[in-house]
Amino acid sequence: MTFNAQGMSRRSLLSMIGTVAGSAVMYSAMTEMGLAQSSNWAGRPELRGAPKGTRILVLGAGLAGMTAAFELRNAGYEVKVLEYREKAGGRCWTLRGGDTYTELGGFEQKVEFEDGNYLNPGPWRIPSDHFAVLDYAKRFGVELEPFIQVNYNAYVHNTEAFEGKPQRFKEIDADFRGGVSELLAKVADQGKLDGLVSAEDAKILVSALKRYGALDENAAYVTGEDSSSHRGWSKAEGGGADGEPIPSEPHDLSTILNSDLWKSLTGGLHLHMQTTMFQPKGGMDMIAQGFEKQIKDLITYNAKVVKIRNTDDGVDVTWVPSDGAGAAVVESADYCICTIPFSVLGQIDHDFSARMSHIISTMPYASSTKVGLEFKRRFWEQDEHIYGGISYTNLPISQISYPSTGYFSDGPAVLLAAYSWGAYSYQFNALPPSERVAKALEYGAQIHPQYTEEFKTGVGVGWHRVPWTLGCFGLWNDREADYMEATKMDGRTLMAGEHISYLPAWQEGAILSALDAIKRLHATIIEN
Amino acid sequence: MKHIFMAALAVSVFAVPLWADEVRPDTSGWFENPAKLDQRGGEDIYRAVCAACHMPDGKGAQGAGMYPALAGNHNLEFADYPTHVVLNGLRAMPALGGQLDDAQIAEVVNYIRTSFGNSYVEDPATSDLVAASR
Ligand SMILES: Cc1cc2nc3c(=O)[nH]c(=O)nc-3n(C[C@H](O)[C@H](O)[C@H](O)COP(=O)(O)OP(=O)(O)OC[C@H]3O[C@@H](n4cnc5c(N)ncnc54)[C@H](O)[C@@H]3O)c2cc1C
Ligand code: HEC
Repeated sequence: MTFNAQGMSRRSLLSMIGTVAGSAVMYSAMTEMGLAQSSNWAGRPELRGAPKGTRILVLGAGLAGMTAAFELRNAGYEVKVLEYREKAGGRCWTLRGGDTYTELGGFEQKVEFEDGNYLNPGPWRIPSDHFAVLDYAKRFGVELEPFIQVNYNAYVHNTEAFEGKPQRFKEIDADFRGGVSELLAKVADQGKLDGLVSAEDAKILVSALKRYGALDENAAYVTGEDSSSHRGWSKAEGGGADGEPIPSEPHDLSTILNSDLWKSLTGGLHLHMQTTMFQPKGGMDMIAQGFEKQIKDLITYNAKVVKIRNTDDGVDVTWVPSDGAGAAVVESADYCICTIPFSVLGQIDHDFSARMSHIISTMPYASSTKVGLEFKRRFWEQDEHIYGGISYTNLPISQISYPSTGYFSDGPAVLLAAYSWGAYSYQFNALPPSERVAKALEYGAQIHPQYTEEFKTGVGVGWHRVPWTLGCFGLWNDREADYMEATKMDGRTLMAGEHISYLPAWQEGAILSALDAIKRLHATIIEN
Repeated sequence: MKHIFMAALAVSVFAVPLWADEVRPDTSGWFENPAKLDQRGGEDIYRAVCAACHMPDGKGAQGAGMYPALAGNHNLEFADYPTHVVLNGLRAMPALGGQLDDAQIAEVVNYIRTSFGNSYVEDPATSDLVAASR
C-alpha cells in the first residue's frame, strides 16, 4: 500500500484512514509512514529448510547469543553455545542476597540483601517500544511490571543551587515551563514574532502557552491557582473547614536557568525513556532465565574461548575451562555466531580479516558504575512520599532510583544509589567495592539525611572490572565507516550483540542484531 | 565550604561499623569534576584512574578478558609508548587524552615507569612530549 500524501497533512490523512478503514489499517499506515515502529523488529523469524546436520557454534550466552541459539535450534540447526560464566545472561544480570560476585583483581562482594531485594547492575528498564524484548518476555512467561522513570515528586539537586537543598522535580519543571512560556507569550503578544508566525497563529500560540505553562489569564506565570496546580501549593488543598489551599510562590526564570537544574528535566522525554516502561518482577535476569530454560542443554558453561580459526569449510574454536584447570577443547562447526564483546574478542587469538580485526581492536567499552544500597525502611516513601522514579543530582552518584515495586511495604528495600558515567565512574571503579558503597552513602546523605541512620548493606559494580565484558557497552571509533563492515560474514562467522546495533546499551539492540544475523546466515546456508 | 561539609559527613559515615576497622583510601581531590580527572601527581592519577584496570599493585588481572601488568613491564622502557597508549587508548583501553592534560599524562607515565619494579628513570616524559604526540 502506498500513499500520495501530497496536498494533505499527515494528520488529516491518518484521521481519514482511521475513520474509513478501522484501526488495523490505521496501524499499518502509521507504520509505513514511520510513526509507530521504533525498532526493526519484524516479528518472530520463520526459518524454513535448514539442511540437516548443519552445525552452528554460538560464542557467548548473553541475550544475543541465546536469541541466536533459540531461533536456530527451532529452525532445525545443530547448535552449541560456549559461555565463560557459570550461568547465562551476560550483562542481563541481577545480584540478590546470598550471591557472591568477584570482580577483576579478586575483590569479592557477598550480597547481603534481604530475600526478594536485588540490584540490577546492568540493564534495569525496558521501553515499551522494545518489541523484541517484550515479545520474548511474553513468550517465556516472564512477568513484567511498570518501571517508574519520571516521578514529579522525586528531587532534582545541584550542590551549587538552592543552598544545596534538593528541589521537587514538579516545582522546577513547572517553573521552567512557566517561565519560558510566559516569555514567549509576551514576545508573541507584543507582535515581535511577526514574520515568524502569522497573526492568527500567534494568537493560538498564546492560548497554547497559557495552558502548557500554567499561566494566568494575563499570560503571566505568577503565584496563584494556575501555577500551583502544576508546581504544588504552599498549603495543600484539603476537605472541610480547613480545605482552602494557599498557593506557592514560583521561582523566577533566572533562578531556574542559573540553577542548572533544567538539565535534569528531560530524561523522560527521550524516545526510549518515555512512559510506559517495564521491568521484570524479581530482577532483570528473569529475562535471561526465560531464555536459559529453553536452551540450557545447548550451553557449555565455564568455557573460555581462547582461539578462533576459520577453516576451508567451517570454524574451529578452542576453549579452556574458565578456572584454568583442565585441557583445551576444540569445537568444530560449519558456521559461527560470535557475541563476545569486542573488548574481550580483541584479546583472543583469531584470524578474522584485517578489516574486521581493525574494527574489533578499536572499540573500547564505556565506563559505568552502579551502587545498590539497602536501607532498613522505605524512608523515601514514608517521610518524603516518593514512590519509584529517579532523583537527579550533580554529585558523583548522578542519580538515585527508588524501587518501582513493593510500595508501602515494611522492612528493608534497595535503592539504586549511584549510576555514574565518565570521569566519575573511572574513579568509582578504581576504588575497592566497599569504598564505592561508602562513597554512595556519603553523597546520597546530602539528599536523604536518613541514609546514615537507616543504612544496612550495599554492593557496588564497576563495569570496567567486570571480568567478561571489560566495560559497559561498545564505543565505536568510526561507526559510519565501520558499522556495515562489522555486520558482514567474516570467513564463516557473523558478529552479533549490543555493539552491532543502533540501539547500543539496550537489550533490544542485542536481540535484534542476533535476529538479523541468523536470518542472513540462514539465507546464506540455503543458497549454498 | 563544600569540603568541610564533606569531611563532617565522612566522619558520621565512619561510625557505620562496616568500615570502622578499615583504613579508608585517601580520596581528597577526587570526584571534583564530571568531565575531567583532576588528580595531579603521578601516584594520585594512577590510584584514581589506572588502578581500576591495571589494579592497585600494577599486576593487572585476568578473566575472560585481561588487563596487562604494568609491574615489571619492559614495554615501558621508552616514554613514547606509554604516552601514546594513555593518549589514544589501545584495544579495550579507552583513550584518556580527553580527561587528562599533558602534564598529568607525563606525570602518570613517569610514575608507572619508575614504580612496580620498573626503574626507567632516563628520558622522562614531559608535557612537551605529550603535546607533540597529541
Ligand atoms: C550499566 C548498564 C546499564 C544498562 N541498562 C540497560 C537498560 O536499562 N535496558 C536495556 O535494555 N539494556 C541496558 N543495558 C544494555 C544491555 O545490558 C546489553 O545491551 C545486553 O545485555 C548485551 O547483550 P549481549 O548478548 O550483546 O552481550 P553480553 O550480555 O555481554 O553477552 C556476552 C557473553 O559472552 C560471554 N563471554 C565473554 N567472553 C567470553 C569468552 N572468551 N568465552 C566465552 N564466553 C565469553 C560473556 O560472559 C557474556 O555472557 C545496560 C548495560 C549496562 C552495562
Ligand atoms: C578501562 C581500563 C583501563 C584503564 C582505566 C587504563 N588502562 Fe591501560 N590498558 C588497558 C588494557 C585493556 C590494556 C591492554 C591493551 C591490549 O594490549 O590489548 C592496557 C594497556 C596499557 C599499556 C600498554 C602495556 C603494554 O605492555 O603494552 C600501558 C602503558 C597502560 N595501559 C597504561 C595505563 C595508564 C598509565 C593508565 C592510567 C592513566 C591506564 N593504562 C588506564 C586498560 C586500561
